[in-house]
Amino acid sequence: MGRIVLVCRLAARDLRRRPAQAVLVLLVIAAATATLTLGLALQGVTSQPYQRTRAATAGPDVVVSAFGQNGGSAARLMALARAPGVTGHTGPYPLANPVLRAHGHAVAVQAEGRDPAPAPIDQPKLTQGSWVRPGEVVVERSFADVLGIRAGDRLTLNGRPFRVAGIAVTAALPFYPMESPGQIWLTRADARSFAPSAQSDAPPGQPQPPDFVLNLRLADPAAARAFANAHSTPGLAMLAWQDTRDQDATLVTNSRQDLLIGSWLLGLLAAASVAVLVGGRMADQTRRVGLLKAVGGTPGLVAAVLLAENLFLALIAAAAGLAAGRLAAPLLTSPGAGLVGAPGAPSLTVPAVALVAAAALAVAMIATLVPAIRAARTSTIRALAGAARPPRRRAALIAASARLPVPLLLGLRLAARRPRRALLSAASIAITVTTIVAVLAFRQYAHNAQQGYGMSGLPNPQTTRDSQVLLVITVALVVLAAINAIFITWATVLDARHPSALARALGATPQQVTTGLSATQLLPALPGAIAGIPLAIGLDAAVSTGQALPIPPAWQLLAVVLGTLLVVAGLTAIPARIGARRPVAEILQSELA
Amino acid sequence: MSDTGSASMLRARGLRKEYGREAGLVRAVDGVDLDVAAGETLAVMGPSGCGKSTLLHLLGGLDRPSAGELWLDGRRVDQLTERALARLRRAAIGFVFQAFHLMDELTAAENVELPALLAGCSPRAARRRALGLLERTGLADRAAFLPSALSGGQRQRVAIARALANDPLVVLADEPTGNLDSAATLDVLRLFDSLHAAGQTLVIVTHDPRIAATADRLISMRDGALVDQTRLTGGTTGHLGALAGLEG
Repeated sequence: MGRIVLVCRLAARDLRRRPAQAVLVLLVIAAATATLTLGLALQGVTSQPYQRTRAATAGPDVVVSAFGQNGGSAARLMALARAPGVTGHTGPYPLANPVLRAHGHAVAVQAEGRDPAPAPIDQPKLTQGSWVRPGEVVVERSFADVLGIRAGDRLTLNGRPFRVAGIAVTAALPFYPMESPGQIWLTRADARSFAPSAQSDAPPGQPQPPDFVLNLRLADPAAARAFANAHSTPGLAMLAWQDTRDQDATLVTNSRQDLLIGSWLLGLLAAASVAVLVGGRMADQTRRVGLLKAVGGTPGLVAAVLLAENLFLALIAAAAGLAAGRLAAPLLTSPGAGLVGAPGAPSLTVPAVALVAAAALAVAMIATLVPAIRAARTSTIRALAGAARPPRRRAALIAASARLPVPLLLGLRLAARRPRRALLSAASIAITVTTIVAVLAFRQYAHNAQQGYGMSGLPNPQTTRDSQVLLVITVALVVLAAINAIFITWATVLDARHPSALARALGATPQQVTTGLSATQLLPALPGAIAGIPLAIGLDAAVSTGQALPIPPAWQLLAVVLGTLLVVAGLTAIPARIGARRPVAEILQSELA
Repeated sequence: MSDTGSASMLRARGLRKEYGREAGLVRAVDGVDLDVAAGETLAVMGPSGCGKSTLLHLLGGLDRPSAGELWLDGRRVDQLTERALARLRRAAIGFVFQAFHLMDELTAAENVELPALLAGCSPRAARRRALGLLERTGLADRAAFLPSALSGGQRQRVAIARALANDPLVVLADEPTGNLDSAATLDVLRLFDSLHAAGQTLVIVTHDPRIAATADRLISMRDGALVDQTRLTGGTTGHLGALAGLEG
């Protein structure tokens, strides 16, 4: 018990001695845990709004669409309505695909002809205005939002003017643009009037038979998918309610997947940050470790103090991350305009809280373990003398560097002295570039999808939300990577005080030393940045359930690599310059002291 | 103080180095006039904190004077930019420190060749020169050793070899035997003796009168100022070990 109290007391005093470092450790771990919390909080929130919408609109169990002449027979659809297991139906309703023009947009829509009276199955729920009347249309809400349409607005369909009677949601179809083109409802007569004129098999001058849609209710709604599979034939498109629910859920599940991957990447970066911070602190604490050992502290005590400090910070960071993630989650759990009702407060289960806490502790443990063991193993005499950890020797790199210009010679030798730090630096850059390339790939995908949907430049709510989530993750990662670059440079500058001063005493100019220190960061950053590209492609291949994201153009990849190196050079120049400014004689004298 | 005029390799006039302000003002070096002739060995003595090391740093361009003038080989150097001072150190000055200041991760040969590489010498030429200097300092068989595998005296001899890497005009040594035992001190003194014999200009800061006794001239410092100067007749040309009292 006394030992635990001692460890806690020593850890608390050390934290008070270095409040800024403690806050930085706390912030980087909290950023990772907040993102993880967000990802976990989104689990399962999407099914509630769909179920509410389905109840409010008497949603069908299966929607059958008959396209083209072969399937366009209402009689054929009616045969399905009499199939075993079907307990009710509405329709068939005629379908048409006129071009809608409103607010400067021109886009093909799916127009469904409806009766003015409410339908017992799939009666879209109005959120504005009134139901269909001759010469008036009702627009599906997610589609209306994208177009900026409100009840009472005017629009044209194939050039004919219509008034927007209302805005409604439905559980029969996935929201726009999952259901592309957008959905509108109008009277049966108006819908039939848009049937295309004679084509292919239709007699010249005669309107082609329209497409139809039929809504079915089954005795066993859970068997909707099985029913759809059993009755699927060419010309008939069957959509079970579970498929609609899952497609609606992608708005949030995609965000959830992005956040979970982002949180792991942030966790890795946080571990790198904490490792550098703790390693840097160890360099400052060498004498204190020696003192602790000299007065009877065991190596275990020294390691325990260091671990206790960072595990304590990790627990606070986990609590802060949980709170921040919990507060931010509602911003990402909005079900989208295609569904009604709020998703309710995202729930955080006990396992989720435990997972976040465990992740925070793991980050702190992984980052602290090596410095803690190293501190425990340091000889007391050496520690009391405040001697820096002996540098690593890489004979091949030293020999190779002799052929390089002076700044690169110094940079390569300094990087080779601390391979673990160089590795952390490379990993940090690789993770950041992976995310940036993933964002670029996603933007390329969104652009291609926009072209493919023929959405006439309309924003896609799905890609908009995914872009926002990715942007938040990327900003967090870039900020953390920038902090890492500064930490690592600062640690390098402190560690390289003596060799840098000596190089200057032997004739290296301050500029050569400054550039050399920057090169120390750029040398691992270059392979890190290059590795980020295949890592992004590999990550996408690993997590992608459908079509993989396209690879961004080569010029963009090159710009990312060069831009990253430029930013690293910029971030490291200031600490390097400050480090190289200190008088040589002062540094060499202090080493002597 | 003596004035050797244009023959001076090093020349200082009114050299001053101050730290702090007003009541806290400290004059580490206080108006030093000094001339060191080419090929001369000058010893600087004085109590701890009298400004010996600061004077050496000023002479070598490691630190900037607060006032005064400094010439090296007839060229005024106290107003040079930091970059120009670095080039000057690289080409014209060799340093030997009490703490050796070798790079721990470099072998003896790699430490010695470093100034030549910084000066833009080809790796092959730098290595050839380094091996030659290690041979001259009696460490040819230690070229591939890391400093941690060398004794104190050997480390200091590596440091001296490094100081000679670019054929400097002046070698400045700050307590070069301060961390060495008697045998190692004798080795280092022999090395300085051979340098003196070869015409190398040497300025040695030391606490040890036995070391000072080997110089051509001895100056004493107190409170940052030169207070005494003695021209020594024996110098390093005498029986070094006996003169320094290091041989039985």
